[in-house]
Amino acid sequence: MSPLLEVDDLHVQFETEDGIVKAVDGVSFSVDRGKVLGIVGESGSGKSVSMLTVMGLSRARNATITGAARFDGQDLLKASNDDLRGVRGNDVAMIFQDPLSSLHPFYKVGKQLVEGIQSHQYMSKAQARQRAIEYLGMVGIPDPARRFDSYPHEFSGGMRQRAMIAMALVNEPRLLIADEPTTALDVTVQAQILDLIARLQRELDMAVVMITHDLGVVAEVTDAIAVMYAGRVVEYASTLDIFRSPEHPYTWGLLQSIPRLDRPRDEPLIPIPGRPPSLITLPTGCSFHPRCPYVQERHKQVDPRLEPLPDDPSHRVACLLTSDTRKRLWQELSAGKAPEEAREEVVEGGFT
Amino acid sequence: MVVLLILVSFITFVIFYLFPSADPAQLRAGRQPNPQLVEQIRHQLNLDKPFYAQYWLYMKQLVLHGDFGRSYQNNIQVRQQIFDRLPATISLTVGAAVVWLVVGITVGTISAVKSRSAIDRIAMGGALIGISAPVYWLGLVSLYLFSNDIGVIKIFPGSGSYVPLSQDPTKWFTSLILPWLVLAAAFAAFYARLLRSNLVEVMGEDYIRTARAKGLTERRVVLRHGIRSAITPIVTAAGLDIGILLGGAILTESVFNIPGIGRLAYESIQNSDLPMIQGTVLLGAFFIILANLVVDIGYAFIDPRVRYS
Repeated sequence: MSPLLEVDDLHVQFETEDGIVKAVDGVSFSVDRGKVLGIVGESGSGKSVSMLTVMGLSRARNATITGAARFDGQDLLKASNDDLRGVRGNDVAMIFQDPLSSLHPFYKVGKQLVEGIQSHQYMSKAQARQRAIEYLGMVGIPDPARRFDSYPHEFSGGMRQRAMIAMALVNEPRLLIADEPTTALDVTVQAQILDLIARLQRELDMAVVMITHDLGVVAEVTDAIAVMYAGRVVEYASTLDIFRSPEHPYTWGLLQSIPRLDRPRDEPLIPIPGRPPSLITLPTGCSFHPRCPYVQERHKQVDPRLEPLPDDPSHRVACLLTSDTRKRLWQELSAGKAPEEAREEVVEGGFT
Repeated sequence: MVVLLILVSFITFVIFYLFPSADPAQLRAGRQPNPQLVEQIRHQLNLDKPFYAQYWLYMKQLVLHGDFGRSYQNNIQVRQQIFDRLPATISLTVGAAVVWLVVGITVGTISAVKSRSAIDRIAMGGALIGISAPVYWLGLVSLYLFSNDIGVIKIFPGSGSYVPLSQDPTKWFTSLILPWLVLAAAFAAFYARLLRSNLVEVMGEDYIRTARAKGLTERRVVLRHGIRSAITPIVTAAGLDIGILLGGAILTESVFNIPGIGRLAYESIQNSDLPMIQGTVLLGAFFIILANLVVDIGYAFIDPRVRYS
């Protein structure tokens, strides 16, 4: 069976006064029915833009979009605005980072749900109201019948995100796109919201794309992870592989910059040096090379492609180091060595 | 509100006495007055008392009897005169407000939705002209072009054709078409620009993205989610502008010779007719304060976040 969502060689460029911004530069991934894909990367890596484009929400006068995004066989990039409208909020729903600014401040929360229901289904006001209350209850909002008439500013941050989730699910979508759903929330609430999404995903058997900059967030809920950097996917593998045997230096950097319970508490976190590149003037060669501790002269000219590993075709990496070298580097890093030490160690044994 | 009105009346009084103006008693006494007559009139009008005493007497009459006094000029009751003139000003203001709100909101919305297109540029260019054109110039040009007496194309009644609504609704309407359009022009232009800039900003908000992500039609996104937020400053501006105009649209009323409050104020200033000036100023201040109050209450209806704070 073909995947539910298949994004194929997606390019999104925005023409600005400063130049052409290559926000998404040849991205491919797929999501199977009922599965969870995590898209991980720093801000500006193109993770949000990719999914907004799939939803048709980045169609602007200055945007150039190529590639394909097949949802259940239908290419959403070529769909008419009207067809897309029928898909949005119905088959594919989306929740966003900041639930306060994402809810309309002047309308009651319940009304905003009802509006979503009635724009896709013929339903009487009373029925739609009943359904909205049911979904508000389902996402764990206490006393939903009363909260139906509350305004967004009367909710707490966590409650607002719950309401957003209820609003997204109200038409039983097959795919939920969650764009940094916990970033704007308190840490304790973050876990609740993640649990809620995971629970609903299982109960409703829906596919989820979870966009985040925090690998720790997606560890428990995702089946597969795509790591994005500067508009491209640099590593794409099952969640297990990403955490157990990651092969891209950027993924290592991400992993080493999150706190872990199985390491000594006083062990310092290692940040990734440097800043994400400008998407207008990308570095030549591998776009990660200015920040990569293992960079070779050749990497500054040759642009790596996302290629399957020789020993595991489901695990794909865009890196010019050989898989063998990468495996040894990761071994050194997991043993607690700093990137420079690991580099020394492996260079001795023949760096390629 | 009451304190403010007292303050306004006092300042008007002080200004009248501090700045040189013609002696009301002299004016009243006629062309060749003898000194006794002037003195007698001065005494009648209490003009021989110090100004604070005059103010006290005026306020006492006003507060206790709702009496604004009588005109120095023709002895008519100020209150009566104001009530006679008010319908014309209300007709002019309300009609113009309807025109400028409808035009301003429509043009502003289209411009915002088609932002940076040719339509937008033409509309905003036109709006700039509308804002820049003075009312008296626009009024005279419109009379010259369209009035049925001196106009090039004789289609609308010209200057001085105002008829009260109670007398003849059709004539009332046709006689006000030109004044409405002229008065509304600058406001419509200003409101179109205001709404456009607001709406462009609002359309970039997260909740608009949410509305689109819900699969609403673009029409609904703009009308129900966009304008709903962008209209707030329009309501404020409209409330205050209507309040100000109800106190008299001096220029438009003068150009079209409409017997409203604005003309009354203008004439009474020329005649140094203090009671009448005081009456019109107080009326204007009252409308402005009332408008502020209405706007504040209106805000609570528009923005639920205001209701509890």
